[in-house]
Amino acid sequence: MTVKTLERQDIVDFLYTEAKILDEWRLLDWAALFTDDGTYVVPPIGEPEAIPTKSLYYIHDNRSRLQERAERLLKKEAHVEYPHSTTTRNYHNILVSDIESDVITVECNFTTHRTKREVVDTFIGKIKYEIVRENDRLAIQRKKVVLNLDSLRPHGKISLIL
Amino acid sequence: MERIIQDNVEKSEFLVNRRVFSDKEILARERAEIFNKCWLFIGHETEIPEPGDYKRKKVGGRNLLFVHSHDGEIRALFNTCPHRGALVCREDSGNSRVFRCFYHAWSFKNDGELVGMPGKDGFPEGFNDEGTKNMKAVNRLENYRGFMFVNFDENAVSLEEYLGNAKEYIDLVVDQSEYGMEALGGVQQYSVRANWKLLAENSVDLYHGMPTHKTYFDIKQAQDPNLKRVKLEGKGINLGNGHSVIEYVAPWGRPVAQWTPIWDEEFKNDMEKMKERLAERFGEERANRIANYNRNIVIFPNLVINDIMAVTARTFYPSSPGYMEVQGYSLAPKGESDKHRLARNNNFLEFLGPGGFATPDDNEALELCQEAYTNNTEVQWNDISKGMVRGEGNALATDELQMRSFWRHYNSIIQASLDKEVAHQ
Repeated sequence: MTVKTLERQDIVDFLYTEAKILDEWRLLDWAALFTDDGTYVVPPIGEPEAIPTKSLYYIHDNRSRLQERAERLLKKEAHVEYPHSTTTRNYHNILVSDIESDVITVECNFTTHRTKREVVDTFIGKIKYEIVRENDRLAIQRKKVVLNLDSLRPHGKISLIL
Repeated sequence: MERIIQDNVEKSEFLVNRRVFSDKEILARERAEIFNKCWLFIGHETEIPEPGDYKRKKVGGRNLLFVHSHDGEIRALFNTCPHRGALVCREDSGNSRVFRCFYHAWSFKNDGELVGMPGKDGFPEGFNDEGTKNMKAVNRLENYRGFMFVNFDENAVSLEEYLGNAKEYIDLVVDQSEYGMEALGGVQQYSVRANWKLLAENSVDLYHGMPTHKTYFDIKQAQDPNLKRVKLEGKGINLGNGHSVIEYVAPWGRPVAQWTPIWDEEFKNDMEKMKERLAERFGEERANRIANYNRNIVIFPNLVINDIMAVTARTFYPSSPGYMEVQGYSLAPKGESDKHRLARNNNFLEFLGPGGFATPDDNEALELCQEAYTNNTEVQWNDISKGMVRGEGNALATDELQMRSFWRHYNSIIQASLDKEVAHQ
């Protein structure tokens, strides 16, 4: 089959699709967006380049841990997300680099609103993706979410997938 | 007014009046009688190892500057200018010889001494002879094996006397390292929309382990085919002064040193060696306790040290009856190899912290308690009776003696304060 030339819009659509999958709580589909060696990390606030042996990340998932995260959140016993919260994810200021290369780097700002029990918490920050072409699809090799907050107050937790 | 605790040993029933979680007057008394008088954790000495290192800390509602002064002493300065009160240091952490208030540019050495101000001719000579224009330090700052505490009551007993029987358990945590423990970067700053005492209870509550954290134990069982039944067994101990501990076995791996099948054979060998070394240092029995037993310790009122699948210290403070700010630390042996450190941190994050698979469910439980305390007028009492029927000397880790110990001490302070007020009326 012919390999279509990738365009920026393909990447943007891929990101919007990821956001939609998460907002629709199709978390197993979300995990399936990752490569077999995919990672999902949230570094400590104020230390986006923290060394994971020196500083504690909020989330430091390898492929199997992010699968467990997705599966756990779909269980009724994941109490913090039962009943499921309602989320709205917006990605903005999307910058795509190296679209020709094997690993495409994408940066965007994000705003994720979560509401549950009449309380809205808003997470804001920047996401850095490394995206690869794999079996005629796009897949996430790395997703790093940098929170642009001073602390996790009043949110208190990152129970949803950012 | 109803008493805040009903402690009925004969009936094996222990009740806590729910207004302690929602009443503003109770919070005012807690601030005056507990947070202004008890030893409060400020941080770990390894957070500021070098002269000039500093970190801002919120402790007991105060804005403090935890600083390693150039004379070698560690101090807790009130981060407020003696001139007009502005916050002097605005960076969260760093290294500096001098702190300067930007408002009128008064400057202070990192031991708090005033060393400069513009327009000196407007002040008399000897203006600061009594030191009243220096940044004020908390007079009582004491260290127990790297854990540093402040006390705003100048007449308080010493930290060691205050910790009392809890020292034995802090020792068990610290002794897992030959070179001492260190605090990692990335102290987790989060909150819970619930009363602070609910987190003190929750942190030594093993009874909730299975129902609240089933999803975590599902993962453990999937990782370890030999784990048929999750065993959480041990004892609950009252340590006096409101402190308490649970000491127990659990199915998770412990970085020092209980191997689990998620780790490779090399780890298994490393951990056997770690345990041999512990046995050389402390004998078999204590080595076994350090390596294979878990400890959740509550130091009254607001420090929790959990030596479980990783070591965490958390401290918390109420900004209102229904909201607390939490600081979560990770502690690890100094000199730990990168491979073991990474395994430790991954173990931590699997369960603990705002992004873990367990802590968010704890927070949810606490927030649901708080939300339903809107019913306090009609439904008044929390039940903390589990295990009383066995006698307090025989409490299991899954019983509630730990919480009763907290509440009995709490009651001796807060009920006394309420009674005194009534006597004055």
